[in-house]
Amino acid sequence: MCFLLLLVACAPGVAQQSRPQPQPQPAPPAATDEFVPISQLPAQDQLPAAPLLVTAYAFVWVALFGYLLSVGRRLTKVQREVDRLESDIARGTRT
Amino acid sequence: MIRTAWLILRKDLTVEVRSLEIAYTTIFFAVSCVLFFAFALVKEGKAPEDGAAGILWIAIAFAGTLALGRTFERERQSETLRALLMAPAARPAIYVGKLLGIVALLIAAEVVLVPLVAFLFQAPLLSHPLWLAAVLVSGTIGFAAVGTLFSAMLVRARSRDVLLPVLLYPITVPVIIAGVRATAELLQPDGELALVRFWVALLLALDVVFVTLALWTFEPLMTD
Amino acid sequence: MPKWFMPLAGVNAVMFAAAPFLIARADYESTMGLVQKIFYFHMPSASMFLLSAIVCGIASARFLFGGSPRQDRLAYAAAELAVLFGAITLVTGPLWARKAWGVWWAWDVRLTSSLMGWMVAWAYLLVRKYGGPGSDKLAAGLALFGMANVPFVYISVNYWRTIHPKTSVVPTLPADMGTALWFSFACFLLLFTLLLRVRVHLEEQRAKLDTLYLSLDE
Repeated sequence: MCFLLLLVACAPGVAQQSRPQPQPQPAPPAATDEFVPISQLPAQDQLPAAPLLVTAYAFVWVALFGYLLSVGRRLTKVQREVDRLESDIARGTRT
Repeated sequence: MIRTAWLILRKDLTVEVRSLEIAYTTIFFAVSCVLFFAFALVKEGKAPEDGAAGILWIAIAFAGTLALGRTFERERQSETLRALLMAPAARPAIYVGKLLGIVALLIAAEVVLVPLVAFLFQAPLLSHPLWLAAVLVSGTIGFAAVGTLFSAMLVRARSRDVLLPVLLYPITVPVIIAGVRATAELLQPDGELALVRFWVALLLALDVVFVTLALWTFEPLMTD
Repeated sequence: MPKWFMPLAGVNAVMFAAAPFLIARADYESTMGLVQKIFYFHMPSASMFLLSAIVCGIASARFLFGGSPRQDRLAYAAAELAVLFGAITLVTGPLWARKAWGVWWAWDVRLTSSLMGWMVAWAYLLVRKYGGPGSDKLAAGLALFGMANVPFVYISVNYWRTIHPKTSVVPTLPADMGTALWFSFACFLLLFTLLLRVRVHLEEQRAKLDTLYLSLDE
């Protein structure tokens, strides 16, 4: 089912690539259709990429780590409660 | 099963017609919504682009949420929902009956809203009346299909008033988007009817998906 | 926790440590340059977001129609992971977009439907937390509608005019980019499995706590 979806999804992309180019010189394919490794000319705008890249990866680490901490904290709390109750039941006393 | 749905619809309409409480308050709320947006967004006497279409659909969504909440609140107070569920009626029929009631109420509100929006924003909303009707009806059914299911589910829940929008709005985003884009296209002087046809087709597909899902899950969701 | 958990967690940690090297080695993309390297974490987390939504939907359906509490716990865990991975996707994406498209956000189909799916996951958590009794079934119903959104998110980018890259990008990646991507994807998939297991374990302990309290009252 996922494979079929992928197939359906790739078909328009393939069809688009086989369409003839209207300009005389072959323009580089748009970044929406395929990624092209660096061999073309740059002409970028001046926004520095490094802070964005670092922020993105930093956010991923922080989010994953933060989630692990959150689950760990909740787990220890519940675990402590469970242990306490079990020992109370074993001793036969009510809390 | 159709007979059951029809009976429920008739019961709801009879109860409503006696006092018209929900109808009047919903329509009034929808009208105030439109006016509010008009005051907020109109600058130097001109509404923003596509403003009319967006404001119309927002008013329908807000008024619809209110109507859904009030309809099922009434059911909850008289415990009639529980009675309905205990009756030997097919559960999906109960859902369809309530859905048709809500749709009827919203269509009544739209009958008032469309001329009002056309008047306030000088929008030619009545240039393609049949297409506009198709857009409004299919969009309303999509919105109400999800809304009826969630409202019925929420009848016994805590914080039900605030949870209904929380549940309903994210799911009905595609319906609202399609409705607004179709209406906006109809308002353009040279609007492409092919594009409107596409959005209506999408709305109908969404209606089918939502109603099917709702019919499928109504029974397990309503049993304790 | 099952025996396979800690070894696999160790493997996952090593994989995540190795991933940046593969990513750095991959070639630069011609029009986007350095910022495109966000892709190697953005795409896998988006995939995990959609996978979480699907797992939540299937578990919710099985819970609604079968009544198994295990499925309910799985659905709750999957919904939380959907919020987590969705958040990662919705933050890394705009950071990349700021340079690649010049804007932080665009209301195209892919972004709008992803945001909507994320809100459905949030709504699930809110309902579970504040809905009171019966909220497990309520949330399960919601999750089914949320799952219906997933195929739409995936194929939307191919059938609408959109600024987001199409799905044809991934199959046509050159070798070094492809390696980096699929390695990162494997990292995230393993992480998803591990996080799911941990979160389900938390739910199981909570259920155990409830049974203990109930047995105390007898």
